[in-house]
Amino acid sequence: MSAALIDARDLHTYYDDSHILRGVSLRLRAGETVGLMGRNGMGKSTLIRTLMGLVKPRRGTILIDGRDMTGAATFRIARTGIAYVPEGRGIFASLRVAENLSIAARPGIDGSVAWDIPRVLQLFPRLAERIGNGGDQLSGGEQQMLAIARALVTNPRILILDEATEGLAPLIRDEIWHTIRLVRDSGIATLLVDKTVAEVTAVADRVMVLVKGETVFEGRPTALMADADRMHGWLGV
Amino acid sequence: MNLLAQLLNGLQYGLLLFLIASGLTLVFGVLGVINLAHGSLFMVGAYLAYVIAKTTGALWLALPAGLIGGIMLGAGLERFLFRHFYHREHLDQVLLTFALILLFEEGRSFLLGNDFHSVPVPALFDFSIPVAPGFSYSAYRFFVIGCCLALGAALYLWIERTRMGAIIRAAAEKPEMVDVIGIDARRVHMVVFAIGTALAVIAGALAAPLYSVYPGIGDGFLIISFVVVVIGGLGSVSGAFWSALLIGMVDTLGKAYMPAVAGLAIYVLMAAVLLVRPSGLFGQRA
Repeated sequence: MSAALIDARDLHTYYDDSHILRGVSLRLRAGETVGLMGRNGMGKSTLIRTLMGLVKPRRGTILIDGRDMTGAATFRIARTGIAYVPEGRGIFASLRVAENLSIAARPGIDGSVAWDIPRVLQLFPRLAERIGNGGDQLSGGEQQMLAIARALVTNPRILILDEATEGLAPLIRDEIWHTIRLVRDSGIATLLVDKTVAEVTAVADRVMVLVKGETVFEGRPTALMADADRMHGWLGV
Repeated sequence: MNLLAQLLNGLQYGLLLFLIASGLTLVFGVLGVINLAHGSLFMVGAYLAYVIAKTTGALWLALPAGLIGGIMLGAGLERFLFRHFYHREHLDQVLLTFALILLFEEGRSFLLGNDFHSVPVPALFDFSIPVAPGFSYSAYRFFVIGCCLALGAALYLWIERTRMGAIIRAAAEKPEMVDVIGIDARRVHMVVFAIGTALAVIAGALAAPLYSVYPGIGDGFLIISFVVVVIGGLGSVSGAFWSALLIGMVDTLGKAYMPAVAGLAIYVLMAAVLLVRPSGLFGQRA
């Protein structure tokens, strides 16, 4: 078993006085795909924002490659090779598609340039057609493709996707899931937040379920599916 | 021919306002801080030109000195003061930048005194260029127009066509995402503040021979620049350009032909624009 890329222990995160994360731990190993599940408001996005350094945990530690990165600046965390596609995509509407990609593009931490702009345009031919358009002229699906493409050109070791298929047409969702599998198969570790249980359990090596800021389940997708009653209770499905 | 002279004056004044307002609007758009001390940076440029002209006789040196000095001054102010105020309340930011005005004015008073000084037009441009039969116009004012247009074009190309410019636009739109893709937003802030400062300092240096140099020279320009920024749309550099030309023309022509109401004209214009378009001519609609 390889060493953990991310080893977050006992994270407690607050928004003002409300205690959102209540002692969550998360390990992500090289090449592994982990599904993060739970209903709205259970702390999934807060966990990711804490890992990215966008909110500081009040307690707990975040080790990346064994180095303590708790409280480190977000750009430093990103530069360890973590790409994050937030809920709502976070593309730059005032930049052209080409600029969205070119300001993000950089070699990976190991110097790899496997994911360059031509390759992501090959992966998403629709972006190639839209390369000169402004970010504000894209459809929802194209915005999501751009957000993933922008994450990939940073040549990450870890890709974090928060609700990447939410609100998209079925055909586009299929394309995004296809891409997620392709990314997984290329050896990039993936942390996946999504509400479609069937899809997450199909791609993930491991799933974690959060309820009210605590981990109530961690294990193989099959083990979660096997306990249908509890799964319904946790996820409301 | 008087009208032509006033039109050229209006163009020159408007372009000078653009140099000041572009830095003000850029700093607001990217850093989210309204810098009341921006007029003091203009004053630094004007006094820099006065001191250089007096000690070396070579006024042109004020341009490279203003560029380099302005960048260093701006980078220093950002690094040691402004950086610590982005997440503070607006009142704290107002107090900081107001305190800076007082410091710059006291510093100027301490070092150079409170007298008015005229700054001679550089000998190279101390003549008039015939523009139409029986009418010629100051070569130095043409030089100022040229400098402002060149700097404006350079600023436009930098923001619209370079990678750094794209990062600046990205930072103005979604600062958090700039960090998320692995870019140190603090460096972006420092660059923007340094360039905004340099533009104000250069504007002051260019203005010195036209308006002479006196205590509080930055105040009037600051107020008008705020009007420019508001009409153009907060954070919009192209908005600041068109708005500065508009204000330059309205103010200059008003003072020439309707002096009784000219002082009011630009504020009436601002109120009218805000009534029709609350976010300014080029502002993002909220």
